[in-house]
Amino acid sequence: MAKRLWMATVAGAACLSVLGWAAPPPKPAGYVPPRTADGQPDIQGVWNNATITPLERPADLAGKAVFTPAEAAAYEKQAAESNNRDRRGKDGATDVAGAYNQAWFDRGTKVVPTLRTSLIVDPPDGKIPYSAGGQKRLDAAAEYARLHPADGPEDLALADRCILWYTAGPPMLPGPYNSNYQILQAPGYVAILVEMIHDVRIIPLDRRPHLPGSVRQWLGDSRGHWEGNTLVVETTNFTGKSRFHGATENMRLIERFTRTDANTLTYDFTVEDPATFSKPWSASIPMTKSSGPIYEYACHEGNYAVPGILGGARAQEAATK
Amino acid sequence: MIAAASVAAMLSVTTLPAVAQATISRGPRTADGKPNLNGIWQVLTEANWDLQGHAAAAGPMVPLGAIGAMPPGQGVVEGEEIPYKSEALVTKKANFADRLKLDPEVKCYLPGVPRATYMPFPFQIVQTPKFILISYEYANAARTIYMEDPGPAPVDSWMGQSVGHWEGDTLVVDATGFNDQSWFDRAGDFHSDALHVVERYTLHGPDMLMYEATIEDKNVFTRPWKISMPIYRRQEKNVQLMEFKCVEFVEELMYGQYRKKPAKQ
Repeated sequence: MAKRLWMATVAGAACLSVLGWAAPPPKPAGYVPPRTADGQPDIQGVWNNATITPLERPADLAGKAVFTPAEAAAYEKQAAESNNRDRRGKDGATDVAGAYNQAWFDRGTKVVPTLRTSLIVDPPDGKIPYSAGGQKRLDAAAEYARLHPADGPEDLALADRCILWYTAGPPMLPGPYNSNYQILQAPGYVAILVEMIHDVRIIPLDRRPHLPGSVRQWLGDSRGHWEGNTLVVETTNFTGKSRFHGATENMRLIERFTRTDANTLTYDFTVEDPATFSKPWSASIPMTKSSGPIYEYACHEGNYAVPGILGGARAQEAATK
Repeated sequence: MIAAASVAAMLSVTTLPAVAQATISRGPRTADGKPNLNGIWQVLTEANWDLQGHAAAAGPMVPLGAIGAMPPGQGVVEGEEIPYKSEALVTKKANFADRLKLDPEVKCYLPGVPRATYMPFPFQIVQTPKFILISYEYANAARTIYMEDPGPAPVDSWMGQSVGHWEGDTLVVDATGFNDQSWFDRAGDFHSDALHVVERYTLHGPDMLMYEATIEDKNVFTRPWKISMPIYRRQEKNVQLMEFKCVEFVEELMYGQYRKKPAKQ
């Protein structure tokens, strides 16, 4: 808790362009979640989705969908050492960028309880199924980023700009730290307060139509309904600027929240975007009950990263002229 | 016919039990019997321009013309004047003079409390017995009101720490733990990190909330002072909060000087 408080207090935009990906869930049959006063399955509380299981299966684990317990323990040990290693270099840039260690990160220490080697459960190889067109756009974007790493704020990561954090998504993926959410339920609504960056997703359950297609939002436009004990949320109206794994504004996201035991909220999602992916792909991440509280992360108000990165790039250009 | 309908209406009212009548007049209830504040709300006041009464005035940006002018307001401060200490009044006036540079709203910073309430944007209340979430459209600001006191605020913040309780049918929120960065309006009204706000939310019928905030800050004011205003339920079919993530809109203002190539204005 002391560390979390410290992290929240720092309030600087994280200078992190690295993604931390996380974990999947257990499904004990027969768990019956409590009900809210208006009869919804009760998924309220503070939840955390940090895990060291990556979204995509690492190349060296190709063909291995699930760890043995011994392999999982070895992977966890290796991840802990890797996250905590001293990355500092001798020159200024690598010294600053490498100064992040476990004191900063809060990626979790465990793989997902299913021992899967990727959060992606479909396709079976644990990889995002990019279409040729999607891959081409990603490659072009990477080449542009290489040539123009910091011409202006638009070239920087959305997290560095304090516009959207990895945990907000949607889909809501674990981030480097503060992967915390508070869910509240009122009649007709489920609300998700995302600690980073005080984003709130308020999901109406009344089957109303989506916003007009002309309206595009960073968090899209979410509509939910209950299927048994599972909250199903469909999100559309994304902006093309969020570029979730290269996806276009036409991405369609289906999320499924199921409380599979008192302390686990299983979060499954499926991403569709024919312009980017050859087929829909799905991942599963367990969210674990946390004691909270949720802190204010005033990212933009303490953003020294953007002027620092852009100003540094200009100074570098001036020095090499 | 008209007379018959009136009589029927009178009868139906007079035959309601007293408790039900009281409930109707005070608005809806939650399952646990509290006033039901759930919904999307918004003020209709010019308080964000200036809490005190003010005539219309030109705005600080000539190119904006009438769009940027300040609409007139009768004021929301009880007793008209905010009771500044003399040195603090000097600061307020300096704030106003340099407001384009100093008003945190210009930079899309979190609005603080009570300003979040009367920004010209809607907010949504999500009410549960233990926590009441208020999600503000402006700058995706949010605050959680704890209905069980978690103890002193662990750290100062823009939105502070809010602890609520019910006094009869009024939600009373005690807000502390603020930093000294937010303002109360575009007129330069400000506070220190000693700010303490007590808010009162009372339903008047299903679609109106009366809002009061008592503001105390011994570093800035000679005594506590109070603002009040009604807040109205947004009535549009399928109304929802939309995104006003204004960070993107202030990047040119804040970081344009660091661009490789200056943006075309």
